[in-house]
Amino acid sequence: MTDRATPSLPTDWRAPGLRHRLRRRHAAERRFRRLGAGAVLFAAGFLAFLLLTMVGQGLGAFTRTVLVLPIDTARPITEAGVDAAAVRAFGADGPLLMADQAWRVARERAAVGRATVRVPASDAVDAALAGQAAPAANARAAALRARGALRTEFAWSFLRGADATDPVRAGLWGAAKGSLLTMAVVFAFAFPIGLFAALWLEEFAGRNPWADLVEVSINNLAAVPSIIFGLLGLALFLGTLGLPRSAPLVGGLTLALMTMPVIVIAGRGAIRAVPPSVRDAALAVGASRAQVVFHHVLPLAMPGILTGTIIGMARALGETAPLLLIGMRAFIAAPPGGLTDPATVLPVQIFLWSDEVSHGFVEKTSAAIMMLLLVLLVVNGGAVWLRGRLEARR
Amino acid sequence: MTRLTAREVSVFYGAAQALDRVSIDLSTEHVTAFIGPSGCGKSTFLRTLNRMNDTIPSARVTGEVWLNDEDVYAPRMDVVELRARVGMVFQKPNPFPKSVWENVAYGPRIHGLARSRGELDAVVERALRRTGLWDEVRDRLKAPATGLSGGQQQRLCIARALAIEPEVILMDEPCSSLDPVATARIEELIHSLRGRYAIGIVTHNMQQAARVSQRTAFFNEGRLVEYGDTSAIFTNPREERTRDYITGRYG
Repeated sequence: MTDRATPSLPTDWRAPGLRHRLRRRHAAERRFRRLGAGAVLFAAGFLAFLLLTMVGQGLGAFTRTVLVLPIDTARPITEAGVDAAAVRAFGADGPLLMADQAWRVARERAAVGRATVRVPASDAVDAALAGQAAPAANARAAALRARGALRTEFAWSFLRGADATDPVRAGLWGAAKGSLLTMAVVFAFAFPIGLFAALWLEEFAGRNPWADLVEVSINNLAAVPSIIFGLLGLALFLGTLGLPRSAPLVGGLTLALMTMPVIVIAGRGAIRAVPPSVRDAALAVGASRAQVVFHHVLPLAMPGILTGTIIGMARALGETAPLLLIGMRAFIAAPPGGLTDPATVLPVQIFLWSDEVSHGFVEKTSAAIMMLLLVLLVVNGGAVWLRGRLEARR
Repeated sequence: MTRLTAREVSVFYGAAQALDRVSIDLSTEHVTAFIGPSGCGKSTFLRTLNRMNDTIPSARVTGEVWLNDEDVYAPRMDVVELRARVGMVFQKPNPFPKSVWENVAYGPRIHGLARSRGELDAVVERALRRTGLWDEVRDRLKAPATGLSGGQQQRLCIARALAIEPEVILMDEPCSSLDPVATARIEELIHSLRGRYAIGIVTHNMQQAARVSQRTAFFNEGRLVEYGDTSAIFTNPREERTRDYITGRYG
């Protein structure tokens, strides 16, 4: 009994028990790998589906159909004049081929010496070109296109314009500028406050009940749902401080409250990762605590702090809920001129457009999502690049 | 000339006593070696001399340490000035992740010891020459210090300490991560620094202690077991435990 239990020397790897066990271990490993690959494929599939749907639906928003309207550009352009020109060129229903308020576009675009001006075509024309209207209208649109009276051009107005009630004229720049201003406020407030809070907690606070309390509060703050920050912003900035509603300043302050704990936590991690030997070295040549921090710890921790900051800001850039509460969901027809002007931001604009009934807003919504994802991609890519650059400098 | 005097120094980490009433002098005439098994309190003692233990919140020091005629633990003592006057070299070479030049220039710079860039360059060169590093790094003063070999890094750390002209230099196992060739260079360097600086060195290498020091202090379990001339300790120790440790029978 005892003899059999003692393994023979050297171990007999051909023994059936050992062979079987080895086979099972390999099988388990293969299974595990397949499971991982499957999970990645599954996630990638969803992403591909999202992107394909967005691109399929949203690509149309970047182009628009224009009507080439012969017009006398030497005379002042009026609504009646443009309508009359449309009747002359395309018959009695000519004005219906143009989008609402198209005469204003004609007035902006008309250049002296040119015989024609391009004005946006109406929704009905778009539908007819797509073959979705009555057969007669479809045929007429096709004929106009063949004649060169209907053309497709890149819709700069989508990138340059602000929100509008008419989907043909609605653009993203107003919301993009709102986002830009809001993010500037977030950075200006959350970065320095978060950075100094992280430094104080890691380098100067030591272990005392106050520091523990601050630490617990900050960790909890990072987990608070964003809508709560919206309520806080509403009560504090609009209620108590009386700042203007719908303004990027208030939106930025609210999102800064939300971003700050993320920066503190990432910053503390980065500061803690600085090897103690560097601190010892600096202290041993007689550097003061502040010199140790600013000459040595901070430069080494900066890549991590910046990465955390950008990730926190990217989250704030995609945030909708708290901004709805402080009034950034209003219809704003002009890009904000400053921090206190009424504004909206990209995700809220997407939310607003997705709520519209008009068909034209469906593709606007998808196109806006594409732009937001693009911005986030650029921001996160920038974070990776910055991190690589700062780390290479060491 | 005696620079640093420790009298009845005890150190506590919380409730645990790490060092029990140690009295030692560091002078420019002798290099003093601290030997003893790991955890015996040598490094702790070294760190009390320039108050590096201040960074550990639970550490408490009793007894007296005098730098010349100034009380190191007096409330008036400025630790920033103290650490500039009592330099330290660590077990693992720890150059700043900056250029060679910046490493050596850092101390003089923060203390304002050079009035111009030219003067600073001269200080850096002098410190690097004294550690024998100048000819090896003169062409790459702008290169990152982390790219130097381990031995070069450690000599750079010594040069960094020398650049602010301290009165005392404390070395905590400076050769433990170096190969024998690099170790020999550091030992030569220590020889050349004697007379100008008071030097204390912690080492686990008995031959090294015998080679570089004139005084040796043997620590065990937080107590100073034996302290005297190196030759006496190595040839004719008074204590049984010292003999056992030196001959490798113990610890």
